[in-house]
Amino acid sequence: MTEFLQQLLNGVLLGAIYALIALGYTMVYGVLRFINFAHSDVFMLGAFVAWYSVEKLGLPTQSIGGGLAALLLSMSVCAVLGVVIEKLAYKPLRQRSTLTVLITAIGVSLLIQNVAQNSRLGFGPNPKAFPALFPSQQLHFGALTVSTHQLVVLGVALSLLGVLYWIVHHTRIGTAMRALSFNATAASLVGINNDRIISFTFGLGSALAGAGGVLYAMNYPSIDPLMGTLPGLKAFVAAVLGGIGNLPGAALGGLLIGLVETFVSGTRLSTFRDAIAFGILIAILLFRPAGLLGKLKVEKV
Amino acid sequence: MVFPVAQRWLLAALILAGVASAVSGSMDPYFLDVVMGVGVSVVLASSLNLINGFTGQFSLGHAGFMAVGAYTSAMLTTVVAPRLGWNPLLLQWVFFPLSLIAAGLLAAVAGLAVGAPSLRLKGDYLAIVTLGFGEIIRVVLQNMDVVGGARGLTGVPAYSNLFWTFGTAALTVYTVWALLNSTHGRGFLAVADDEVAAEAMGLDTTRYKITAFGIGSFFAGVAGGLYAHLKGYLNPGGFSFDKSIEIVVMVILGGMGRHAGVVFAAILLTLLPEGLRELGSRSVPNPFGGADWSLDWIKEMRMILYSLMLIVLMLMRPQGLFHRSERRRRGA
Repeated sequence: MTEFLQQLLNGVLLGAIYALIALGYTMVYGVLRFINFAHSDVFMLGAFVAWYSVEKLGLPTQSIGGGLAALLLSMSVCAVLGVVIEKLAYKPLRQRSTLTVLITAIGVSLLIQNVAQNSRLGFGPNPKAFPALFPSQQLHFGALTVSTHQLVVLGVALSLLGVLYWIVHHTRIGTAMRALSFNATAASLVGINNDRIISFTFGLGSALAGAGGVLYAMNYPSIDPLMGTLPGLKAFVAAVLGGIGNLPGAALGGLLIGLVETFVSGTRLSTFRDAIAFGILIAILLFRPAGLLGKLKVEKV
Repeated sequence: MVFPVAQRWLLAALILAGVASAVSGSMDPYFLDVVMGVGVSVVLASSLNLINGFTGQFSLGHAGFMAVGAYTSAMLTTVVAPRLGWNPLLLQWVFFPLSLIAAGLLAAVAGLAVGAPSLRLKGDYLAIVTLGFGEIIRVVLQNMDVVGGARGLTGVPAYSNLFWTFGTAALTVYTVWALLNSTHGRGFLAVADDEVAAEAMGLDTTRYKITAFGIGSFFAGVAGGLYAHLKGYLNPGGFSFDKSIEIVVMVILGGMGRHAGVVFAAILLTLLPEGLRELGSRSVPNPFGGADWSLDWIKEMRMILYSLMLIVLMLMRPQGLFHRSERRRRGA
């Protein structure tokens, strides 16, 4: 029972991180109808910004203030980066086919990864140890062991989800985002500046990915330039599982994928844990292509 | 009267490959290795072009099908072949091609297994599913002790020669070309041009997509078999997402849905890294005196160049570098 609870906790933590990344995929898909492949690399950069802020800028480790500062710094850097990527690579392609944009996104993703892996231009290919940003301590609840880092991960993830919900549903810009995702032409007809909203969406999604990167690195404290690929793919699967373009769906999908993966890791099939998410993806596309919470759209001619 | 001409070309290519193979004994082994690599790339790029270019789907898992083929044929020639007690010549000229066909068939089965559920989906979903499938193959191979797991499979006999690599390359290009001039091919092109219209005309678009996917996977598997018997060593890591991307870049650079352009891009992109490696080992005299400037950094820049090329190409020339009006398309 204790082991079950412990695994449940780990699964929820991993799921919360996947949810943060999945939200970025889903939001971008909502406004632009394409998969931002570079999202997983923004996630990786988020972790590296936090690493730099501690190792090079000398932010204190093991402190709440320092940890929050590192988190905010990497969220802002990632937000800026997301907007820059959108402006440089995707905006010129607004009227082109999905395939063109998709290939460009793959190119951007590869570019970030390879620059990051280059030891002259980036961080070099070797993994780096991620410092303990927040005070680390083991807390015991009965037989259950919880580290303060895990609590931070859970707390930050939940508050970010709350903030996102508030932005999307209770602010003007959030309303504009929803309008754009509903019907881009109609949105621009009623005076919404589509380009600005798209930039904002990229910024918001990338900030969440950056936070996800920091939280992921706190949980698995070894970071390298390719660390984003697998979590990114799984988060994408989560977005599809919940129904792409659907925000609560992405959160739910992330949670489910995190739980399934954690419980599979505890069994004999643990070496296949990375393949599980794709198995789920193929199953969901077969049986419910619109995702758990999504609505199937009929294509109009 | 296009067909007989094309068949004559195919025959000429096969004879040329045979002659080249016969005199290859005196060639530099490094040179041979590179040239045979070109042949394998042409097979890979042409077969992916059938899926991504002519049929307008977007597969990111070609390396996965290549891996299925590579491991199948390598297992056949390392485990089954020694038990037959055939002489080496018979093995290379009879057993090896059979193993290549088996490799292609198994890869095609894998392709159909992936394609059947996922080809109902549109562009980006398909890309992700195929990508995911490629990853699943890699994870499964890494966990299979029979094929060496993560350590890799060693001691694959070097059966690939100029005849097999270039013969297969010519055959692949011919098959894709001939296919497109058949009823099936027209179906593929119709699906690529406008899926909804094709469906409205009564074409079973899913069936056409799956057929293209199966045939493309078959040749990817054959290419995998050639690759295995060229390198003599297989490692699941060699069939990663990067490999798939490399093939995709060949197709895009050549111009999706162009025959000659894609072949040319495959040749270019296989020779380019070798050229860069050569360039990287040199140094430039320093005009200000002092030590020579090493060009070592070029070696590390290959993937950065690839990705930049991909982005710039999409922004400036999404139709590919070698675009000529080989095939006229109305509208987009």
